Amino acid sequence: MKILVCISNVPDTTTKITFTDNNTQFNTNGVQFILNPYDEIALARAIELTDGGNGSVTVINVGDVSTEPTIRKALAIGATDAVRINTKPHDAWFVAYQVAQYIKANPFDLILTGRESIDYNGSKVAGMIGELLDLPSVSIIKKLDIDGDKATVEREIEGGKEVLTIPLPFVAGTAEGVAEPKIPNMRGIMSARTKPLTVIEPVEVKTFSEVISFETPAPRGQVKLVSADDPAKLVELLHTEARVI
Amino acid sequence: MSVLIYTENADGKFKKSTFEAVSYARAIADQNKTNLVAISIGDVNKDELASLGKYGAEKVLNVSGAKLKNFVNQAYASIIAEAAKKQGADIVVLSNSFSGRGLAPRLGVKLEAGVIDGAVALPDQTGGKFRVKKTAFSGKAFAVVELTSTNKVISLTPNSYKIVETPSKAEVEDFSAEAKESDFRAMIKEIVRSTDKVSLPDADIVVSGGRGLKGPENWAMIEELADLLGAATACSKPVSDAGWRPHSEHVGQTGIAVSPNLYIAIGISGAIQHLAGVSSSKVIVVINKDADAPFFKVADYGIVGDAFEVVPKLITAIKEYKASA
Repeated sequence: MKILVCISNVPDTTTKITFTDNNTQFNTNGVQFILNPYDEIALARAIELTDGGNGSVTVINVGDVSTEPTIRKALAIGATDAVRINTKPHDAWFVAYQVAQYIKANPFDLILTGRESIDYNGSKVAGMIGELLDLPSVSIIKKLDIDGDKATVEREIEGGKEVLTIPLPFVAGTAEGVAEPKIPNMRGIMSARTKPLTVIEPVEVKTFSEVISFETPAPRGQVKLVSADDPAKLVELLHTEARVI
Repeated sequence: MSVLIYTENADGKFKKSTFEAVSYARAIADQNKTNLVAISIGDVNKDELASLGKYGAEKVLNVSGAKLKNFVNQAYASIIAEAAKKQGADIVVLSNSFSGRGLAPRLGVKLEAGVIDGAVALPDQTGGKFRVKKTAFSGKAFAVVELTSTNKVISLTPNSYKIVETPSKAEVEDFSAEAKESDFRAMIKEIVRSTDKVSLPDADIVVSGGRGLKGPENWAMIEELADLLGAATACSKPVSDAGWRPHSEHVGQTGIAVSPNLYIAIGISGAIQHLAGVSSSKVIVVINKDADAPFFKVADYGIVGDAFEVVPKLITAIKEYKASA
């Protein structure tokens, strides 16, 4: 089985998010970039599914040369090879289009992404690749099992879950529950240096969106403390002052 | 050019997040001085469909059929795209629910539309531009995104737009659209929905527990408090990682982002990743025995104290309040 895992390079989860140039640019100064945590789950499951020589896992990233440490990390975790499409990821549509073009020329049995990237939180790439290639897509899956040419997945819904069967190939966005992220071992790290990383140039495509500016959430006022002996006071404040109960 | 709103239902009933999205779409239609058409797919009765008029829909297109009873994103996307074309709608609005996230990207491709996912405010159309504020960096910030395409798809973050009601009824019209056979390749085997619990992304009030609660056996008081308030329960990442609670309850940067009216955090210190997921909550209450817990810095109300003493007292106080109200 050939699996493609789409990965993005995102700011570490502990990053304090700030902006420069009059709030038009994300301030990358001092920011550590990592493999998107949801993509790590997709990668871990792909490695499990191809364990024991049962196929291969290719990771693909749309990014400039600065994303290569993250791609090498994915190879160290256990991907077989990697592809980097050499351009900045303009938006979800642009990324999905580039990846879909690659898949047209290099078919896969299963295409996984993380449920969303933790920078723009779009959850769009999986569905867009599906639509571009006329393949089924499922967003936010919690479980993924393959049996022959069919998969069983669990999709998250409000207040529950949905179990689906889907014929391969299809596209899915993985969330917690699908697999535990894997930590690269020394052998993985050593072998990652020599695993194939192919760089290809992007195809031209019209884009439909531009990020204009950023805002940070309005700061809250000073916390109002209530005595631990008097939670009734809290209830009163929530009712009369905050008006939320 | 009209605005089309996809109105999601659960077991034949529209949800609060759907009414929010209809109200939001109505406001966009007003900005553009045009009409608002709703589309419902599945098994929803006529009264329920007509009730969408209250939130501003002038007409409701009703699509039903045995194969369409349950949500299949590929088939639903085909039908909604066809309706948008037939109605001459250049803006399609939907809720950024779990299903909405499966639909919006496919609709975007079908309609060659720019997509805003997780909008939190109305579009700013000053100077003929179309700019929408949406969540970014998992709740740590917002991004203002401009769509430059003719067609546009916008999904609205639940709990971010106030429902507007006026006494009027929508005209209901049957609409038939063909989804192709290959749109049904993904087949639903089973739907499991717990009806006695409030769903976390839609909840007005969320009661959330952290590692300070010491173990899963201590969640009874969290659930009791949530039940009393009609709230959903949630937890921090270490709690779901330890298997004390399901992953679906994990709120934070790598879990679910919520924006309830009231978020009550009990025994959660407030790591930056957790705060990202709750920063859009309107009011935050923190109960923690450590007065230096970072969560107090972003809270509106706080109690410094042992959860095992404070929460039972709080439960009693709420019972008394409810009895007197």
